[in-house]
Amino acid sequence: MATIFKRPESLTDAKFHYCPGCTHGIIHRLVAECLDELNIREKTVGICPVGCSVLAYEYFNCDMLEAAHGRAPAIATAIKRLKPDCYLFTYQGDGDLASIGMGEIVHASARGEKISVFFINNTLYGMTGGQMAPTTLLGQVATTCPYGRKVENEGYPVKMAELLAGNEGSAYISRVAVNSPANVVKAKKAIKKAFETQAKGLGFSMVEILSTCPTNWGLNPVDAMKWMEDNMIPYYPLGEFKVKEER
Amino acid sequence: MNKVLMKGNEALAEGAILAGCRGFFGYPITPSSEIAEYMARKLPKIGGIFVQAESELAAINMVYGGAATGTRVMTASSGPGLSLKQEGISFISEAELPCLIVNISRGGPGLGGIQPSQGDYFQATRGGGHGDYHTMVLAPASTQEMMDFAILGYELADRYRIPVVIMAEGTLGNLMEPVIVRDEVTSFVEKPWAISGCQGRKPNIVNTLHLTAEVLEQRNRHLFSKYKEIQANEKRAETFMVEDADIVVVAFGLLARVIKRSVIDARKHGVKAGLIRPITLWPFPDEHIKSVADTCKVMLSMEISMGQMVQDIRLAVEGKVPVEFYGRIGFLPNPEELAQEIIAVAERKGL
Repeated sequence: MATIFKRPESLTDAKFHYCPGCTHGIIHRLVAECLDELNIREKTVGICPVGCSVLAYEYFNCDMLEAAHGRAPAIATAIKRLKPDCYLFTYQGDGDLASIGMGEIVHASARGEKISVFFINNTLYGMTGGQMAPTTLLGQVATTCPYGRKVENEGYPVKMAELLAGNEGSAYISRVAVNSPANVVKAKKAIKKAFETQAKGLGFSMVEILSTCPTNWGLNPVDAMKWMEDNMIPYYPLGEFKVKEER
Repeated sequence: MNKVLMKGNEALAEGAILAGCRGFFGYPITPSSEIAEYMARKLPKIGGIFVQAESELAAINMVYGGAATGTRVMTASSGPGLSLKQEGISFISEAELPCLIVNISRGGPGLGGIQPSQGDYFQATRGGGHGDYHTMVLAPASTQEMMDFAILGYELADRYRIPVVIMAEGTLGNLMEPVIVRDEVTSFVEKPWAISGCQGRKPNIVNTLHLTAEVLEQRNRHLFSKYKEIQANEKRAETFMVEDADIVVVAFGLLARVIKRSVIDARKHGVKAGLIRPITLWPFPDEHIKSVADTCKVMLSMEISMGQMVQDIRLAVEGKVPVEFYGRIGFLPNPEELAQEIIAVAERKGL
């Protein structure tokens, strides 16, 4: 019998701990499928963050390192420089990357580090219970902005893809969403392109992936997808923000 | 034998290169910057990597990543920088990754000053960051030892899978002395735990998260059984004229070297003085100290701080002899001042 669908080799058989409706599972799979299709699993080192995906080292079937909060790009920098034949990816949430790790991500991009960053934006801190993140939308309620995010108090949500696209060292920057089958296919293409950018040595690559958090948003999975379409995508437009074709 | 005139910081950097260091990740800070500058000049020429990090936090995390590949890597900084690095040092300690961390010490707290200090003793010997752990801490007293301890540091780091800290006063980092340049290290231990792609083996994971209490306790017990082994094997100290000494000075680093003169001067004044110089600040050489506590009448801790190591000395002697303290802040006292203090303590104690 022909196998038409199976677990990617780049995922272990460990059971995901993610909440029902959370999109980490989809994104893990997309990254793993790309590692398989590019045949780079055995050359890859993944760096996982602090946050909901802190246990990603149990799920990716390649060499993995668990970083301190926000520091994944610095760690990936050193590994890539010392082992240039390796493929490096970091998997980071919005609190990790856009708040406590803002310094590390901006400078990894500015230096043009040949690493691929998968940035999961779900507009809040999931694991710690739904606190405000730099990406929390205006008016959005979180446990540390219980009356809704206000410009006067919390300022504006940070647009990481646009910000990093401004760096010369960035070679591929895009924003995708995993709210529909069509967008999931686009997300996979972007993830693959990030690895290909790294393979060509063009520079830094990041794919911002708009994600849902039904648990902390207080919505069921279907409504969460709708909330993402209605609220996140208008503020965080999808598309490619930087595509460098040659060095 | 190749003898050259070198600054302490340069001797340390060259020692690290001779030991096989091929990755330096740092952030500029006085009085340690010559180490980064030396590495920036040398490493690219020998196939090594030099990255000036955007912050001390990034630098230590680059060391975390670099050490995880099994490469001999290092960073160097001073007090305010070391404070920022503590997060990473805690992670590296738990992940049991060997690396070299250099503290060319300046005075604190806060920005303090850029003059020599030993005020980071507590931070260095108590782990420094969050959680239960230790790093090994070596305290050189000469430019030669700056080179030798870099080589020794990597050997110990690899043997015990532990970060090794070299702590030297800023003065020593900037002191020029003749140095015998050592041979290049050519034999290295295998590092089957390293991450660099899992070709031909199962994936390796470098991780410090242990969510179940039992596993976390087991991890802590594992680390502390290793520390016990280090305490059994690696305590080092130099003793000087302690055999018949009534007053034994305990001091480390360049300060201890200055005190050798003071000990001789005190003896000329009829005070039988001696010196113990801890070389490993952790593990603390308490047995060396205990062994003279039965024969001497008083001990005197001399430090460039408000009194930190003195606590370890008191723990070591277990009340057998009184332990006095003399400290200055921000500079290396001259031997005359220190001799006078030794003589004054001897007089107070009726020696």
